[in-house]
Amino acid sequence: MPLDLICPAGSLVSLKAAIDHGADAVYMGFRDNTNARAFPGLNFDEAQAAEGLRYAHDRGRKVLLALNTYPQPDSWSRWTGAVDRAAKLGMDAVILADAGLMRYAVKQHPQLRLHLSVQGSATSYEAVNFYREHFGIQRAVLPRVLSLPQVENVVQNTDVEIELFGFGGLCVMVEGRCLLSSYCTGESPNSAGVCSPPKAVQWKDTPSGLESRLNGVLLDRYGKEEKAGYPTLCKGRFEVGGETYYAIEEPTSLNTLDLLPEMLKIGIAAIKIEGRQRSPAYVTQVTKVWRAAIDAVKKNADAFKPAPDWQAELNKLSEGQSHTLGAYHRPWK
Amino acid sequence: MNLSLGPLLYYWSRDDVLAFYGEAARWPVARVYLGESVCSRRHLLRLPDWLQLAQQLAAAGKEVVLSTQTLIESESDLKTLRRSVSDGRFLVEANEWGAVRLLSKAGVSFVAGPTLNVYNHETLDVLAGLGAQRWLPPVEMSRATLASLLEHAPSGIETEVFAYGKLPLAYSARCFTARHYNLPKDDCQFRCLDHPDGMALATREGEPFLTLNGIQTQSAGVFNLIGELPALRELGITSLRLSPQSRHMGRVFEAFQAALAGEPTAAAALARVMPGPAVDGYWHGRAGLEHSVQNHA
Repeated sequence: MPLDLICPAGSLVSLKAAIDHGADAVYMGFRDNTNARAFPGLNFDEAQAAEGLRYAHDRGRKVLLALNTYPQPDSWSRWTGAVDRAAKLGMDAVILADAGLMRYAVKQHPQLRLHLSVQGSATSYEAVNFYREHFGIQRAVLPRVLSLPQVENVVQNTDVEIELFGFGGLCVMVEGRCLLSSYCTGESPNSAGVCSPPKAVQWKDTPSGLESRLNGVLLDRYGKEEKAGYPTLCKGRFEVGGETYYAIEEPTSLNTLDLLPEMLKIGIAAIKIEGRQRSPAYVTQVTKVWRAAIDAVKKNADAFKPAPDWQAELNKLSEGQSHTLGAYHRPWK
Repeated sequence: MNLSLGPLLYYWSRDDVLAFYGEAARWPVARVYLGESVCSRRHLLRLPDWLQLAQQLAAAGKEVVLSTQTLIESESDLKTLRRSVSDGRFLVEANEWGAVRLLSKAGVSFVAGPTLNVYNHETLDVLAGLGAQRWLPPVEMSRATLASLLEHAPSGIETEVFAYGKLPLAYSARCFTARHYNLPKDDCQFRCLDHPDGMALATREGEPFLTLNGIQTQSAGVFNLIGELPALRELGITSLRLSPQSRHMGRVFEAFQAALAGEPTAAAALARVMPGPAVDGYWHGRAGLEHSVQNHA
């Protein structure tokens, strides 16, 4: 079925919330740095993963496991061990970024379905088809950098199912090709599974305003009337050419509800909701809205128009209470 | 251990580019990477121009490698990529996996660039099997991790390390230079031409932090491993990549050449021509913006 709804599960409670409110599949990670949301208190141990799988499978839904950081040479077996556990648990697919790990998965567990993670940075059908030919991937998640016509060109030139991000945190940079976090803190999504890690964040009230710092680097300073957001490195205010502004990106979220008819027409296999680090309440609200929207667009794509209360609900949950179509809409670039 | 001139990451006038590579022919550089690897809108030199430069540099005794675009977005990007691969006269550096597919299908050996994300020996082995004869680790990789990787590396593949220059850290669909000028990317008016070493980005307290270079974000700090040559030799690194800057590049090469020859004043000579503060945190397994000399002082 086209336009499967893939929701984030940072915990068992979130997983159940997503399933109960209409996710076709959820994605999760193990409780270590083998996935790109390696935050304290998040993710699943083996027993919880098994319970989550039971809960989803009993209701005819799927569970995907993100193993999408790049294995480090001295702890290679942690990643292969995670692939083995995924196969043993009966995960419906593993989401991988690293070619070496894919080769391992294909060899050891030929029945295990492979998805190419957004962290694999594949933005063309040549790259997607590389992973298809060599490792038999069934689906690829595209980085949030292509316009919709560019996405369509990928879909038309590959047999691999294409999954797109639909809602949530917006990476401005090509996923898997951004080292800003490690430049500032020593830890990046690729090597440590974190971006702008909480342990490096410092808040300080000063006479000139509330300051957010990442490993000592000033990311922003907020006036009394301004609302402070999580200090993600690329969403700070900086000085360039004598001006202070959001030089890389505003604190805003991706929201592609408006584009659903076109995504359906292009043949997008699945829509991914970002946010394994968010609360079960967030997962509940976002899943509800997106289930309703996807059902509506499938029923009648020509008449589809996002309901005002959907947008209002999503805006409440968005970073900076605002949203963007991102790169799918060319003027954003 | 020899020296490579990395691909030009900035956008310069045609005359400046030709003059730069004219001089490069006389520098102590074994290998020159040519081509536009950052932004497809930069057109003052097109592939035929780069190929002509490649011939001239090859005639001057340099090994030439064509470096491919890192972020492929459109069919026209793929067209340029296919032409680089099919030319066949020069080695090609693959900077994303679509290029790896084309090169391995063509059955030619290639260089696996630093944005292929080779973080472990297994992935390096995949690439070696597909024809990679040389590879570069991601710029964030530490000496310790590289040592561990190389212990299990396939034999016969050479390792080149990014050893000097502002670090290429991120790529985006958005152009940050155009954004600074409130211009849409499709009508950027090629403002990158006004910034031959990129645009400085500082924190709100004036600390240099990053460098905006079109769709690419670089460090403000200049990565510099001139003091690490013994460690690099011990690891069996065969080549050091020095990344172009608009001024004094010849002196950068002279300094590294002198350091390779054991000249103790080379590091000080290099410090005088660096376009920003030195950083080497990545090499020591720390935040990239740190510098070991300050830390240990």
